[in-house]
Order: sequence, then structure tokens, then C-alpha cells
Amino acid sequence: MAKETLLIIDYGSGNLRSVAKAFEYKAHEDHIDCDVIVSDRPEDIRKADRVVLPGQGAFGDCKDNLERSGLIAPLEEAVLKKSVPFLGICVGMQLLATRGVEHGVYAGLNWIPGQVIPIVQTTPSLKIPHMGWNEVVMAHYEGASPEQDNAHFVLRSAESSNGEAKHYYFVHSYMFQCEYDHHILGMSEYGQSVTAIVGRDNILGVQFHPEKSASAGLELLSGFMKWRP
Amino acid sequence: MLKTRIIPCLDIDKGRVVKGVNFVDIVDAGDPVEQAKIYNKAGADELCFLDITATHEGRDTIIHMVEDVAAEVFIPLTVGGGISTIPHIRNLLNAGADKVSINSAAVKNPDFVRKAAEKCGSQCIVVAIDAKAKEDGSEGWEIFTHGGRKGTGIDAVEWAVKMAEYGAGEILLTSMDRDGTKQGFNLPLTRAVSDAVRIPVIASGGVGNLQHLVEGVTEGHASAVLAASIFHFGEYTIAEAKGAMNKAGVPIR
Repeated sequence: MAKETLLIIDYGSGNLRSVAKAFEYKAHEDHIDCDVIVSDRPEDIRKADRVVLPGQGAFGDCKDNLERSGLIAPLEEAVLKKSVPFLGICVGMQLLATRGVEHGVYAGLNWIPGQVIPIVQTTPSLKIPHMGWNEVVMAHYEGASPEQDNAHFVLRSAESSNGEAKHYYFVHSYMFQCEYDHHILGMSEYGQSVTAIVGRDNILGVQFHPEKSASAGLELLSGFMKWRP
Repeated sequence: MLKTRIIPCLDIDKGRVVKGVNFVDIVDAGDPVEQAKIYNKAGADELCFLDITATHEGRDTIIHMVEDVAAEVFIPLTVGGGISTIPHIRNLLNAGADKVSINSAAVKNPDFVRKAAEKCGSQCIVVAIDAKAKEDGSEGWEIFTHGGRKGTGIDAVEWAVKMAEYGAGEILLTSMDRDGTKQGFNLPLTRAVSDAVRIPVIASGGVGNLQHLVEGVTEGHASAVLAASIFHFGEYTIAEAKGAMNKAGVPIR
């Protein structure tokens, strides 16, 4: 099997070093033959075997940066046409939505129908942002589709053998509200139900930061590097 | 459910740990990477590095230190101490820090916090507040700078509210009258600040035993607790701290 290339998209939205280091660390530890590169060049997206879209800051800024960098067309070609495995992290996950309403209404990639709305301060003591370690409960539905079940290849590690939910590190003030339940793969509780993982086909998005979620997060990244949707 | 964070704080001088965990089996107690690994393994929810380097030239070493730690330890890292420019913040974030804590620079120029939050995002801007009882004896607490020696006359609760409005994503509140005393957090101060702002508050200063950590949350309403000496000198482990929290009904990871 030829060595794979995992591309972390650099579009000027936040710190990518931790994401790259976490993938590198885990690839080394688990003997995964995968080159991790950080790039903003469309040709690198076209060549990549796996694509990761991180993101920090406001939804609209991130979308603008992505657009200005001329990366949307190559991304759509890679992910939607060539079905390259895709992982969105934090705002990179939120960008999958149809629209975001942070500081104005902005169109997202619309790969997973839904909108990104503010977390509701349900009680005065509920702190915003939702910052810290929270459990992620995998979605179980009657007649769940394969990608939704926690048998999802990447998410197998996200639920421990004894059925206890694992903790991941979150920092966000807005949340993904999916239009269709079957795109919700994991949930968290924070005064309300907060979408933690979305996905369909070769697309996966996590609201939390796996690169900052200790071993639980690293396992998820390892799963992503081995995933063959 | 969101868990209460337990955050060990390490003092760093010229890139070396000068106040950190002191175990017999540690090869190099001054190595920040080794310290961070130990705390990560022990279950620390986050790490805070306080750069106490006095000289300007020594400042760049903290950047390299963050790079080294972030390449091997994958939990949130906060760095504080002498941060007063946007490029410095950017460098720290690019090196792998998740948050920076701003103290004196905020008091000197509150707009710096607004600019930092605009440029880098609120989620990575922590405003550190050192507070103690007002010097003139009136009710409430005031902000102190220069390690608690210089009063500013600024009311701590009003300041916290203002910093949150300016875009701080979190408050690191140190009870200066308790720092180093091992008598526990200043709970009325912690509660007053926590209840006044919508953003998370980390309680710091004065922890001497595990009950103090618990009280910071149950009575001080803090979202996270920070401690240094009780962990470094092996008095208590992170696991014991979590055990005490759990017993008191405080949710932990």
C-alpha cells in the first residue's frame, strides 16, 4: 500500500500546528504510513488521500477565508466527487452546515444540511462559551443507518468497551443544528442537547478538539487515518 | 455534562520548570515536556504555564517550550506572564498554546484585551485578575498588580464584567490575600466574580487541601480550579483531587 497523504487545510483560521502534531504523533505511535502536510494550495487538495478542515474564530470569517483562498472548488471535487475521507474540526465542522448566524448570516458548504446557531443560555449559571471536557454520547436510533450507528469505523473508539461515554475537549459558543437526525452521530449535554459529531458517507465533523482531547481524541484521529469509507 | 477542570500551574523561568512536580522517579524535574507528560498521564484537564522570566531576552524561550510540549502532550495549554503584544500572542498560539493569559497589560490598557480577542478570538484570551480586599478598607475587592504589591483602585467584580465585555473568553481569578497561605480560595470574591460574568472563571490562590478545591466550585461557583504547590510537592495527586470532587458531587472527567 502506497504511503498516504493527509492534508490539513491552512486557510488562515487558527492554529494548525497542534492538529498536525497530533496526527503525526498518532501515525508514528500506531505505525500508520501517512504523511501529514499543512497547505493552502489547491493542487495539494487534489492530490491528498485525506482532508482535514480545522477552524477557529467566527463562522463568517472562516468561510470568507476559505473562499478567498480559492479552496472551495478543489475541496468539493475531492470530498464530494472523489469521496476522499474528510474530517472537520470545530468551526471546520460547523462550516459543513447550510448556514451560520454568527455576526450575520453566512452560507456554509451545505454538505450536511443544518444551521449553526448560538448556544442558548438556559440558566443564568450556564457559562458561554461551552469550554472544557464533556461526554459525547453516540447516537442510537431505531433503524439507524450504518454511518450513524456507533459501529462507525472512526467512532468505534469514541465509546469505551464498558459502554461509558468518553470525554472530549470543547470550546465553542455556537452549535450545529442538523436538519436531519440521521446526520447526528454524537451528542453532548450542556443545558441543552449539543451536536458533537455529524457525518454522512465519507464526511465526518466533530465540534470538539480531538487534538486536545488526550488519548480519547488521539484514538479518534487514528481511526480517521485508517478509515476507508 | 460538562466537567469541572483541575488545572496544575507550572512556573517557568527561561524555558525551565522552576516550580513543578517533584517526584523521585523524574529524570529532569526542570524539563517542561516531562512535567507536562506526568500531569497529562495523571489526568490533569489542562495545564497552565506561568512565565516568570524577568529578562526580555529570555522571553523567546517560552515559545520553544510551548512547541516542545504541544508536540507531545495533547491537552489544552494556557500560557501567561508578561504578555503585552498581539505578535507575542500569535507566536504562542502558533507554537501550540490554546490560550494566553493577560494580566498587567490589561490593566494598563484594557483595549489590548479587545484587540487581542478581535484578532485571535475570545476563546484563547484569558484575563488574569489578581484581587484582594480593598486597601482603603471599604467593601469589596480591588485589582492589584506587581505580584500583589500595587493597588489600582479598580473594583475586581466591575473589572471582570468589563473584561468579559471586551471579549475575554475566561477569567483566571487569583485571591492575592490567600495566595501561598494554604487557607483556601477567597470564596466570597470567587463567587462574586463567577456570578457576575457569563464566561468561565478559574479559581486560584490559597489551595492547601482538597476540600479547598471542592469549595471553589460548590461555594465559589468556579468552572475550574487551579493549583500549584499541593500537586508539585506530592501532597495530593490529581486523582485524589478528582476523588474528593466526585465525593462532593462535583462532576469530573
